[in-house]
Amino acid sequence: MNPVIELDGLGVRFGNRDILRDLRVSLGGRTIGLLGPNGAGKSTLIQTLLGFVPSNSGTARIFGHDIRTGIREIRTLVGYMPENDSFIANMNAVSFIRMMGELSGLPTEAALERAHEVLFYVGLGEARYRLLGTYSLGMKQLAKLAQAIVHGPKLLILDEPTNGLDPPARARMIRLIGEMKDSQEMHIVLCSHLLRDVEETCEEVLILKQGRIVHYSNLEEERSANKRFVELETFGNDAGFAEALSVLGCECANAGIGRLKMVLPVGFEMREIYRLAAERDLQLRRLNYRRDTLEDIFLKAMAEV
Amino acid sequence: MAVYKRTYKGYSGTLTPKWSRFLILPRYSYSRLFKSKFLLLFDLACLIYPLGCVAYIYLAHNLSFLRAFGARAGMLSVDADFFLTYCSFQGGMAYLMTAFVGPSLVSPDLANNALPLFLCRPFSRTEYVMGRMSVLLFLLSTVTWVPGLILFGVQWSLAGWQWARDNWWIAGALFIGSLIWIVVLSLIGMAMSAWVKWKVLAGTLIIAIFIAGAGFGAAINAVMRTRYGLLINLTQVIATVWRKLFRLSADTGIDLMNAWIALGVACAICLWLLTRKVRAFEVVK
Repeated sequence: MNPVIELDGLGVRFGNRDILRDLRVSLGGRTIGLLGPNGAGKSTLIQTLLGFVPSNSGTARIFGHDIRTGIREIRTLVGYMPENDSFIANMNAVSFIRMMGELSGLPTEAALERAHEVLFYVGLGEARYRLLGTYSLGMKQLAKLAQAIVHGPKLLILDEPTNGLDPPARARMIRLIGEMKDSQEMHIVLCSHLLRDVEETCEEVLILKQGRIVHYSNLEEERSANKRFVELETFGNDAGFAEALSVLGCECANAGIGRLKMVLPVGFEMREIYRLAAERDLQLRRLNYRRDTLEDIFLKAMAEV
Repeated sequence: MAVYKRTYKGYSGTLTPKWSRFLILPRYSYSRLFKSKFLLLFDLACLIYPLGCVAYIYLAHNLSFLRAFGARAGMLSVDADFFLTYCSFQGGMAYLMTAFVGPSLVSPDLANNALPLFLCRPFSRTEYVMGRMSVLLFLLSTVTWVPGLILFGVQWSLAGWQWARDNWWIAGALFIGSLIWIVVLSLIGMAMSAWVKWKVLAGTLIIAIFIAGAGFGAAINAVMRTRYGLLINLTQVIATVWRKLFRLSADTGIDLMNAWIALGVACAICLWLLTRKVRAFEVVK
């Protein structure tokens, strides 16, 4: 898998303050989550990748282009949706998106066609001739997304895309991100402090704290590999059931009436659980593989430093 | 729109040449600016004086008509003084136009935080400034050197080749003098527009720079008993440059070299302000 973003000892300093310190990682997932508490350096990292902020040490590469020497090529390949309100109030959405498309290099006619297409795609088709200044917050977020994808970028950087959105609008934004991910046409970097957004959409997660990488995790791999933790819900007389499982090597803990949490030994056959339950005439109502949620991962990462 | 077009698709078509992209900004700016009837009327009003000048030149070459009213020969002359007066008047109009158009160039982008959207594309800060500035460069050209050179052409056609051969430098002075003024005005307009996010205040500042500069300069002269205060008065400074270009005695009290330095410093300050303000992000100290 070719890396999308490579950070190679990247450091950024404002005055006497280190904002980013010696970041080293190679990210190649289709969707990459950038997590961290406020002031962790997420937005600075994005601004550095876009060439807005110069790096003081090290470098970064996007699709192999160095941010110090190939920023123009990088900007051709990248679409950026900033965190704050960014638009021109007295322009209508079509003109605005068209202008942004043209600035990205699209010919006039193609930019106009793409502007209509992306506005319909994000759900602003009916409002595309309205002035951007009259849009609601949710519509402005969608317009920002439209301008970020009008030129068909290979990498889409979304900085807090669900900020200030009500639940339906948030769901729509998450759905759009999922659809773009599934289109296989672009990679997405999602910068957010909302763990749920990242968990729902991202394959890889990079957690920053105080300008350092405190955790990198491939959520997809963890989802498929971590199957040793099991939660059970039973109905009936479960006396001796936990002990019987312990005899087979499972570490069991009672999690309430009719609830068990277990760590299975390596090579354990799941059918043994069903056999033991059948012997005791015990109903199994639920059997879940439990993995660390992103919240667990995030809190662990925050506690480690 | 067809349903199949409502799904996300990448773009794989051709791209425009990189050098041509800074021209996109003026195109959109003009379409926005000329929606204003005031600007349109003002632009037309700026042509009244050049039209008067055309009439003047015509009359200067058709004295038989004027003699009927008792005019004497040589009363109307078209020379460097005439073109300097033209430059001064149209320069004033250009200044007013800058105060009207300038604030709407950068301040809306800053007020709406739109700069990251421009600068995250293959589009540099220099191209952004050039693109925005070209709006003023073009508009101010249409009220200064373009009609000025047309006037020169009219005079040439009526006075003949010999006059043009003897006075070609007037055309040069007209062009260069106007261009210097346009660049200074554009930079001041852009810098004020970038410095103050509120359009009305930016326009007021553009006007105030010239008026306050003159007053402040006079105050410095009076208090310090010097003449260096005149260097703050940009109208006097540009008048000095223009008079030298038109080969007229510069009785403005400013040395030509000092005038050039003052203009250079004014432009440098404007460029510094633009460098500080035209950024994709705001530095919060």
